[in-house]
Amino acid sequence: MYTTDLRTAEEKAKAAKDEIKVAEEGMAEFQARIDRDEFIEPKDWMPEGYRKTLIRQMSQHAHSEIVGMHPEGNWVTRAPTLKRKLILIAKIQDEAGHGLYLYSAAETLGVSREELVRQLHAGEAKYSTIFNYPTMNWADVGAVGWLVDGAAITNQIPLCRCSYGPYARAMTRVCKEESFHQRQGYEALLEMMKGTDEQKKMVQDAFDRLFWPALMMFGPPDSDSAHSSQNMAWKIKRFSNDELRQRFVDATIPQAEFLGLKIPEQIKWNEETGHYDFGELDWDEFWDVVKGNGISNDDRMNARNEALEDGAWVREAAAAYAEKQRAKSKAA
Amino acid sequence: MTSIYTNGDNPHFQYVLGLGDDALILGHRWSEWLSKGPNLELDIAASNLALDLIGQADLWLSYAAELQGEGKSSDDLAYLRDTHDFRCHWLTEQPNTDWGLSTARMLMFSVYQYIRYERLVNSSDERIAEIAKKALKEVTYHRRFATEWTMRLGLGTDESNRRLQKGFDTLWRFVPELFETTAWEQELADKGIAVASKDIEAEWTEVISAILAEADITMADTAGKRVIGSRHDGHHTEHLGHILAEMQFLQRAYPTAQGATW
Repeated sequence: MYTTDLRTAEEKAKAAKDEIKVAEEGMAEFQARIDRDEFIEPKDWMPEGYRKTLIRQMSQHAHSEIVGMHPEGNWVTRAPTLKRKLILIAKIQDEAGHGLYLYSAAETLGVSREELVRQLHAGEAKYSTIFNYPTMNWADVGAVGWLVDGAAITNQIPLCRCSYGPYARAMTRVCKEESFHQRQGYEALLEMMKGTDEQKKMVQDAFDRLFWPALMMFGPPDSDSAHSSQNMAWKIKRFSNDELRQRFVDATIPQAEFLGLKIPEQIKWNEETGHYDFGELDWDEFWDVVKGNGISNDDRMNARNEALEDGAWVREAAAAYAEKQRAKSKAA
Repeated sequence: MTSIYTNGDNPHFQYVLGLGDDALILGHRWSEWLSKGPNLELDIAASNLALDLIGQADLWLSYAAELQGEGKSSDDLAYLRDTHDFRCHWLTEQPNTDWGLSTARMLMFSVYQYIRYERLVNSSDERIAEIAKKALKEVTYHRRFATEWTMRLGLGTDESNRRLQKGFDTLWRFVPELFETTAWEQELADKGIAVASKDIEAEWTEVISAILAEADITMADTAGKRVIGSRHDGHHTEHLGHILAEMQFLQRAYPTAQGATW
């Protein structure tokens, strides 16, 4: 837009000063609202940093739901019974729904779903590193439900009280479905643990491979985490990565024991702290996977790109048809 | 290889088995679209279609297992039969080469299933009537979905029209099989249990031709064209074997023992 600024230099300086004053006052009022545990809604004033952080976090979350469909989709055509096949299809359908819901919630911050998807496909946006691990045997499907959805819930339950209203509401719904997935996954493993030695071996193998990457879903250790303190003040984050990770370990180990799994040696109950000690995670591996070196990074991105490219003509046809219908109803 | 069930043995069982196999194999084909759809909304739609159809398959196959009377379950029928014992129509087996073919097949088959179920609701076999009634609700939606996408692709762009037309052209040779009626199916129909497939051809053709005319798609002339062989004798296209190799992998590679399940 073109405008002609006819103000004098003094007038401009005063206006700039006023703007800063308004912004400072706005910022103080914004923080006060958050401190009062009020929800920030799409049309409310918000600092640019808050908006950007939320777009990044919500879109990463949406991308994780979408990319997360692939490791599970890997087993849809091989699910061992009709019941398991139905459960798995329904679960993947839920993930697609969560992705859609989260993209919509992110759109309330003034960014389009097309742009967010473009960022994912261009490799500019991240998604959870867990999905760059392959699902190798059928028990992985149960373990993904139990551990990956379990870790996701631990992360997301506090987000139901996140300061941004649309995100908090999305999380409330997502958490309900994820906790259902978590129980279904665990139930599938319980069933397999009653089965043959081969079935039990699959469950142990899935646990051994997926447990540690699931712990990494909470992000780098607090000492290394770039975004934490401001996000805490803004109540986009309510607990630190390490706190949430510990909470997940404490809940999961007794579940693993109940299944009858062999627990890794470095995990020990600590009477003093009342928590499980689990030692250091392999953060080199984490960063390697973030950088693209996981077993399945390329497969995931290729699969996303293929779906997008193969479907282009379908989306174009649907748009062209809708346009023709609009023109037709206008003419009528 | 001789089929375990020869054409005409226990026709009541065979008929219900056929209804189940159609739903199972078509549902499996839709499940293959998951996470590969043209957009998220269609991933969700494809999974709905798969869920409905595999759910129907479970109901039909459970009842088929009862009629068979050998103490088997729907899973035994789905996962432990080989191609020669499957009774699905060839149309359902064809691979998803693109969204155009999947749309063409869904239009052809959902209209077929709709007409079949609409009549089976009045079957003298209450179990068949009951399952058909539930399935009819779902297939009503499938038919609407397939019709809408036939319009979008047929009238959308030149490319979408070309691809949809190609889908119909590829699949058309499997249409005559939909209406082939065996002597035993006719007998079941005479008893009011089943629908004789030949009796629904006229209605199917009328519905399909009206939709295709509106969608600017040319209907192939099927007169005199048919694929030889019969699903009732265990004949199938090669695609079914590959579906089963994948679908049945776990049950075949790891037979469970002592009541263990998955």
